[in-house]
Amino acid sequence: MAVETKAAQAAEDKELLISGSEAVAEALTLADIDVVTAYPIRPYDTVMQAIAKKISGGQLQAEYIVAEGEHSQFEIVKHASMVNARVFCGSSGVGWAYAMECLVVTPSLRVPMVALVGNRALDDPGAFGVEHNDALFVRDLGWMLCWIDTSQEALDTTLIAYRVAEDRRVFLPLAISADGAFLTHSQAITMVPPKEKVDRFLPRYDRGDLQLHPDNPITVAPQVNEDWVIEIRRQTNEAMKRATTVIEEAYTDFRRVFGRGPENPWFEEYMTEDADVILIGMGTISLPLKVAIREMRAKGKKVGLVRLRWFRPFPTDRLVAALSKAHAIGVIDRDYSFGSPFGSGVVANEVRAAMYNAATRPPLVSFTGGLGGREVTLEDVHKVTEMCFAAAASGKSDVQTHWLGVRE
Amino acid sequence: MAAFTAEIVYRGIFQKNLAARIVRGIVLSARKSGRWGIAFGRYGDSPQRNGIPAKDFAIVADTKEELEQNMARYEPKHVDVTICVDDTLAKGVESWAWYGLQPLNRLIVPGGTLLITSLQPYGDILRDIHRKDTPFTMALIRARASFSGLWVYKEDHTEVRILGALAKIVPAFLSLDAVCQAVSEMEWGSDLKVASARKAYDRLESREIEAGEGNPETPYSFELPRWWEMREGVSIPAIPLGKPKEGGKGYVPERNPYFKKFSTRTMRPVIDFDTCVKCNLCWISCPDSCFDVMPDGTFDANMESCCGCGVCEAVCPVEKCITMVNESVFDDNASQWDAWRQDKDAYRTWMIDKISNTQATVRSHGFRFRGQYEEELKSELDAGGQAITAGIPGENAQHKTV
Ligand code: SF4
Ligand code: SF4
Repeated sequence: MAVETKAAQAAEDKELLISGSEAVAEALTLADIDVVTAYPIRPYDTVMQAIAKKISGGQLQAEYIVAEGEHSQFEIVKHASMVNARVFCGSSGVGWAYAMECLVVTPSLRVPMVALVGNRALDDPGAFGVEHNDALFVRDLGWMLCWIDTSQEALDTTLIAYRVAEDRRVFLPLAISADGAFLTHSQAITMVPPKEKVDRFLPRYDRGDLQLHPDNPITVAPQVNEDWVIEIRRQTNEAMKRATTVIEEAYTDFRRVFGRGPENPWFEEYMTEDADVILIGMGTISLPLKVAIREMRAKGKKVGLVRLRWFRPFPTDRLVAALSKAHAIGVIDRDYSFGSPFGSGVVANEVRAAMYNAATRPPLVSFTGGLGGREVTLEDVHKVTEMCFAAAASGKSDVQTHWLGVRE
Repeated sequence: MAAFTAEIVYRGIFQKNLAARIVRGIVLSARKSGRWGIAFGRYGDSPQRNGIPAKDFAIVADTKEELEQNMARYEPKHVDVTICVDDTLAKGVESWAWYGLQPLNRLIVPGGTLLITSLQPYGDILRDIHRKDTPFTMALIRARASFSGLWVYKEDHTEVRILGALAKIVPAFLSLDAVCQAVSEMEWGSDLKVASARKAYDRLESREIEAGEGNPETPYSFELPRWWEMREGVSIPAIPLGKPKEGGKGYVPERNPYFKKFSTRTMRPVIDFDTCVKCNLCWISCPDSCFDVMPDGTFDANMESCCGCGVCEAVCPVEKCITMVNESVFDDNASQWDAWRQDKDAYRTWMIDKISNTQATVRSHGFRFRGQYEEELKSELDAGGQAITAGIPGENAQHKTV
């Protein structure tokens, strides 16, 4: 429960200089979470520290449980969520991997937990920098997945995440991905809304007939045979399908209540209107892309950016509509999928799959870059764009994936 | 037919190895005449529980293509022969893998064969076996159910007797020579086993069962819900609290409405309510919470959930107050306490009839004394007779009379 410090809070937004992780903690305080579990791993640990400060400072009253590992960390919030607690959890890299057994069961158990994945390269080699493969582990399992770019988006998306996950039509876990270091550790000016606005946007979590309670005696997760399994998967599938509508509704309502937020929840479009080449990426990679795009625009090259926010559910129709008008597409993956079609990263292959039925299919060139947190330079982006223009000219997709910034 | 399919219905855990050996033996025997085959279990049955009915299958075909054609199903929908190595399964099969009761003979093709090991007369078995609208043959090997305990194999030659019998039933696929050759070459083979297979071939009895003959009951079944009818979150309503038996007295708990254990047990407790001292021990010890509390303070074992483990018999401090009796001598699952209350003299007559049946009170599974199997095997091989041991030696055998 949040503690009312002043009788009347200002109805105005507060301007704070905070990191992406601190912005998440601000949102958790406003969302009045009940149970949070923690186990340190960089860069996610910045969030657990920020929440601990909120609790010790008296701004938030919540159960703060330090688990003995990530597996327990996620198990604890899973059970807390079943008794109707609003929960938060998170991890990074191999910590997230260690929790996998619990991550796997939460979608079918319809646990609307919200987690922050501070994206981090998987060991080995032990490294702290960003790669998206950790969060992508759960892409096929019924977890909703989104990527954020700024502290502001971190705060706003966390509020939206509870609204979407806890909607009875959905009840699925949701992971928000934040690029390690670039977002988790960078402080930026962020508008923090007052609690009464949040209360207008975010209803109480009500688990209803699925709540574990003495007045609602149920058995959860019994052993079943194959004569039940497909039906259970089908239920998860329907929930994921319904999430699309619920996400649209949530963003519309968010704009109504807070007076900001994107028209298109699914992806940010930057200078795509008349673009010959559209680049695609997720997370903070948008920054070098945008700057390079401006440079190229100054030279008369029509380049634009689609920054994907939502990866699950995947915005197939809207993305196809946005990309079909380009003459070439360049996808930059901050992840890898060894041995995949064309050796591409996960996003490039998803985009290819989404475009398969499109009436117009512009040539696609795929890139792997920024692994382990390495910088994607402006020069890299210029090189990427040139290859995309070449593909546009030839009308053919490139059949290999190009690695950016690797020492050759 | 150029392909032959057999299923074996067996008791989970107790007969697991036996069933695996039979299906393996079928394929190896057929191989002796150049045929192809596969032996497999119904995977959904695999996490077996003690006594829960389960299935293994063997398919044999002339060519690999014919074999594949018959394997293209997860589980055969029709079989030429159903083999059953415990005649209490005649009441039907409710496996771990599905809901509801499947008649033992359900998958048998018209004119196919049901092969059972049993000491009962045909008529008694037919009282349990559900009627079918096509005729089939019931073939009997005169032997008791072959049980061992957990993962222990009872070396009583049942597997080779079944193979010998099959040579008589489907000679086109398994000739007696091929069976004998396979038996002697198999890792568990011996000359004595070959002799057992031949004896079973010679002694096999059979009777034609006409369409419509048998138990007229409709087996209980359940309609599985569609995906949108199921509660979300892999959750099910808890079983509600129970009710007093009558007049605010006693207590009858609610039980799982879908999973019944009627076909799980090989024996059931018969209770003498007149000598019961109301000590609660059966109620507290029953692993399946079977006992309903009666208004007079006695306990009635509810047959909906009894798995036949015999723990209640072992813990009851009063001699012959609880006696485990073979399931084959019961025709229904009615409350014993209700019968006792209605007519105490009639109940006593019924009860004495059951508990003094020396065949039916032999403990049907478990190892009881060293050398037991050898002894049983000898008597069964020589004369088709059986050594009888009532109760559990060292535990309660001294209270039992044969
Ligand atoms: S045999 Fe006795 S103890 Fe075992 S399940 Fe049946 S009633 Fe319970
Ligand atoms: S254990 Fe025997 S004597 Fe005790 S309550 Fe049960 S039936 Fe009666």
